[in-house]
Amino acid sequence: MSRGKCCKGGEGLEIRFILIQNRAGKTRLAKWYMQFDDDEKQKLIEEVHAVVTVRDAKHTNFVEFRNFKIIYRRYAGLYFCICVDVNDNNLAYLEAIHNFVEVLNEYFHNVCELDLVFNFYKVYTVVDEMFLAGEIRETSQTKVLKQLLMLQSLE
Amino acid sequence: MPAVSKGDGMRGLAVFISDIRNCKSKEAEIKRINKELANIRSKFKGDKALDGYSKKKYVCKLLFIFLLGHDIDFGHMEAVNLLSSNKYTEKQIGYLFISVLVNSNSELIRLINNAIKNDLASRNPTFMCLALHCIANVGSREMGEAFAADIPRILVAGDSMDSVKQSAALCLLRLYKASPDLVPMGEWTARVVHLLNDQHMGVVTAAVSLITCLCKKNPDDFKTCISLAVSRLSRIVSSASTDLQDYTYYFVPAPWLSVKLLRLLQCYPPPEDAAVKGRLVECLETVLNKAQEPPKSKKVQHSNAKNAILFETISLIIHYDSEPNLLVRACNQLGQFLQHRETNLRYLALESMCTLASSEFSHEAVKTHIDTVINALKTERDVSVRQRAADLLYAMCDRSNAKQIVSEMLRYLETADYAIREEIVLKVAILAEKYAVDYSWYVDTILNLIRIAGDYVSEEVWYRVLQIVTNRDDVQGYAAKTVFEALQAPACHENMVKVGGYILGEFGNLIAGDPRSSPPVQFSLLHSKFHLCSVATRALLLSTYIKFINLFPETKATIQGVLRAGSQLRNADVELQQRAVEYLTLSSVASTDVLATVLEEMPPFPERESSILAKLKRKKGPGAGSALDDGRRDPSSNDINGGVEPTPSTVSTPSPSADLLGLRAAPPPAAPAAPSGAGNLLVDVFSDGPAPQPSLGPTPEEAFLSELEPPAPESPMALLADPAPVADPGPEDVGPPIPEADELLNKFVCKNNGVLFENQLLQIGVKSEFRQNLGRMYLFYGNKTSVQFQNFLPTVVHPGDLQTQLAVQTKRVAAQVDGGAQVQQVLNIECLRDFLTPPLLSVRFRYGGAPQSLTLKLPVTINKFFQPTEMAAQDFFQRWKQLSLPQQEAQKIFKANHPMDAEVTKAKLLGFGSALLDNVDPNPENFVGAGIIQTKALQVGCLLRLEPNAQAQMYRLTLRTSKEPVSRHLCELLAQQF
Repeated sequence: MSRGKCCKGGEGLEIRFILIQNRAGKTRLAKWYMQFDDDEKQKLIEEVHAVVTVRDAKHTNFVEFRNFKIIYRRYAGLYFCICVDVNDNNLAYLEAIHNFVEVLNEYFHNVCELDLVFNFYKVYTVVDEMFLAGEIRETSQTKVLKQLLMLQSLE
Repeated sequence: MPAVSKGDGMRGLAVFISDIRNCKSKEAEIKRINKELANIRSKFKGDKALDGYSKKKYVCKLLFIFLLGHDIDFGHMEAVNLLSSNKYTEKQIGYLFISVLVNSNSELIRLINNAIKNDLASRNPTFMCLALHCIANVGSREMGEAFAADIPRILVAGDSMDSVKQSAALCLLRLYKASPDLVPMGEWTARVVHLLNDQHMGVVTAAVSLITCLCKKNPDDFKTCISLAVSRLSRIVSSASTDLQDYTYYFVPAPWLSVKLLRLLQCYPPPEDAAVKGRLVECLETVLNKAQEPPKSKKVQHSNAKNAILFETISLIIHYDSEPNLLVRACNQLGQFLQHRETNLRYLALESMCTLASSEFSHEAVKTHIDTVINALKTERDVSVRQRAADLLYAMCDRSNAKQIVSEMLRYLETADYAIREEIVLKVAILAEKYAVDYSWYVDTILNLIRIAGDYVSEEVWYRVLQIVTNRDDVQGYAAKTVFEALQAPACHENMVKVGGYILGEFGNLIAGDPRSSPPVQFSLLHSKFHLCSVATRALLLSTYIKFINLFPETKATIQGVLRAGSQLRNADVELQQRAVEYLTLSSVASTDVLATVLEEMPPFPERESSILAKLKRKKGPGAGSALDDGRRDPSSNDINGGVEPTPSTVSTPSPSADLLGLRAAPPPAAPAAPSGAGNLLVDVFSDGPAPQPSLGPTPEEAFLSELEPPAPESPMALLADPAPVADPGPEDVGPPIPEADELLNKFVCKNNGVLFENQLLQIGVKSEFRQNLGRMYLFYGNKTSVQFQNFLPTVVHPGDLQTQLAVQTKRVAAQVDGGAQVQQVLNIECLRDFLTPPLLSVRFRYGGAPQSLTLKLPVTINKFFQPTEMAAQDFFQRWKQLSLPQQEAQKIFKANHPMDAEVTKAKLLGFGSALLDNVDPNPENFVGAGIIQTKALQVGCLLRLEPNAQAQMYRLTLRTSKEPVSRHLCELLAQQF
């Protein structure tokens, strides 16, 4: 059938960027999977903060954003946001966020915002273990944590 | 400070971060940073060689400073040095610095290639992964050039560790997306597909993404992945909630991998192999069944993971659009979610149902949820949910429920969020037009729109109502009366004044007999609004006044008085002044006859796509790309909505190509009377493009021209190409095809299966396949009633010469069709020579004693016998030139009727039967195809070229074949499809 849905998601399951921000708008992690220049990145960060923080708990965890959508979840004062194509699977990313947060929590033993500040260079390692090239790389918490502990033991 | 106490990091870094956090002001922070920068610079410049640890610490500090938003102009060399360290922690910081900063300094890349090469060759999996992650994060062309050839080897090497394979797969994906030409296809591709069988689920998870991407670009080369993906999926779906251990997430086995596999399958049509298909259908059913089982956990994570799979399953079912049973089950499942307490689920159900509404199999099932959806529109707290509800109402709208949906949307509009008002207005306007049975309802609806949300009624909307009223004389009197009443409201929107002014100026005479709306009353009513209006509206009203002088000579003196007033004749606005002067003079010097000619009623507008629809599409965003435009939310590409209903656009029928010229040639005779209305209306399709040209000079079409060859002079033939030659009347005993027959036929030009016809009694489904010059078609006749059809007799008729062109053998079917039953008829088709008209299918039967008969066009068009032909650019050009006689070419320029999506276009061209040739046209936006039409008597070679112009929302289609009628016919068939 020559329907529009034919080649769904021309770009596949692809993440455009991952942002962790606090309520005040301070960025705790920005991971980009698309080329943006620095000004554009700053603009995106501000826009995401503006659209996400005005929503309340009764709202969905999804919000249309430019030609993409943001899947986000709030943990205490931190917003974890993933930007994907509009026809990507919302719930899969929503749980990918949670899976990621559970790994952080385990890795940093009850993670809090400050852990992400002081160990920013480690957070990147966690991200790369779980997401790479805009795709989900590994979903098993056991496997990721095992690998992280192994790396931790290296000099 | 929890992190500091962890103590495994760099103490100096932690202290620095603490200092920054303790800064009370921005100035203090900058001061502290500058101090640190000076410190680091002196360390780097110092005579003493820094040890690895210090280097790592300082580079990490620099990185932190950069992430705070400050520029970093040194330290790159130190970071590069860290790459060659033997210690993981030092290497890691080096790679991180480069991945984060590379954007601002791409020269870095060249410096690090060597280090990456060493790490890739190191056989140390940790170092290999670091290097692979760096390539994947940077993903630049330079990196592709350096490493694209090595990575496939690492990916399929027998001794690579699992984690290395995972990273290599995604690294390759990134390089392939960035520069596909750099990744050599080869022996490894076959082995990549087999990673779907890998024991390590993480490897499968990464590999599926790579395979999906490769499939999209080369579907045929990777077909083998279908059965592998199905069996993998089947194993996951049927496993118990604990079987997969590490990969079970809140009792759901491998949710992300399942979703990825389901998306991979969406790159392909349903599996051809019956066993594979059976297994897949079983999986899909299992997922739907599991949705009904009680949850294994109350945690939202459990239900989210489960539903992620469910929604992806439904997407696949919709993508296949061939399993009515599954489609209806999907719809029922979504129906349950519509009332779920989780907002997320309600939102997703509305969104997903929107696509189900466009499937012929589930449209009716979706419609049963109308009340819930209307309720959602009224009560949802989240505007985005309400918006989805409005989208769904729009998608499920058809003639049966249009009045209800339009009235609900109008009611919603009164309280709707400002952000979505304009879109709702457009949608209401489109639905009202499309499903108008009586046009008084249409006029009422549009006037209500103006009354409720005047500010959001764009020009396109009120232009359109004027267009329709002008073109339909049965509604003009009603429109005049209604608009006259609307204008009596004490405060009415300026758009109402515009519409009122225009309509009364044209048709005020139709209500002038009533003393309550006599000419002087009409005039003073309009003129009472004059002073409150903008210049544009006042200009329009002046034109109405001059039209009044012609319609109602008794108002002449009053109106001349108004025109003569200083406030008009000496108006500061040039436009108003000019109109006042010219109209005043015209009314005094012209004789009644001349006046009557100049100010004659507007001629009907040439019909073309509703400008409102174009506007709605634009609103959805031109840059939205395939994702937004793939027809999901845009019911204009929706078969059900767009197909069967005759739209008012059929009131006048200039050919689509004449229409283009009409755009330019038609400042209508009474131009001054419709200054802002008609003029803009006629050109607004191009409003994103260059300004309209007053004459037949260079036109927006020029945008289509490219270097392939000098443009053929627009031969009269191409321009006059009319819709397909009228079908010869069939034998006496067969009625003429039903009015929608052509439209129904058009739906099947690019596809072979689907529902050909449906009314209250009967549904006719088609399944067909064609090879060379032969075809087989199955027709399924379904009795939708509970009463038996008698004397059921479907026959195929060959009008005119068709008998000698096409041989169709049919088998008889049983003369009785029980209520609710379906009978099947097989047709064997042989194409003897090229033909233009399709055979007719005549169906007769008795239903409850009453004879029924119906004639349709059988979806057999010449392109069904197309054999795709691959050829190189050089061959293509050579053949193209060989077919350069003017009569061998047919060309059409036409407006896009569907969102312009390259993927959809490709699919349609492939469905049409031609091969698609890449790298032939210098402009990558264009499509070039080739094929051979196979008939028993002869073969007709055929070349085609389709040039989309996204800006103007138009296409140019050129066909060249060795036979003139074939070129023209193919051109017409194909032009209908976009």
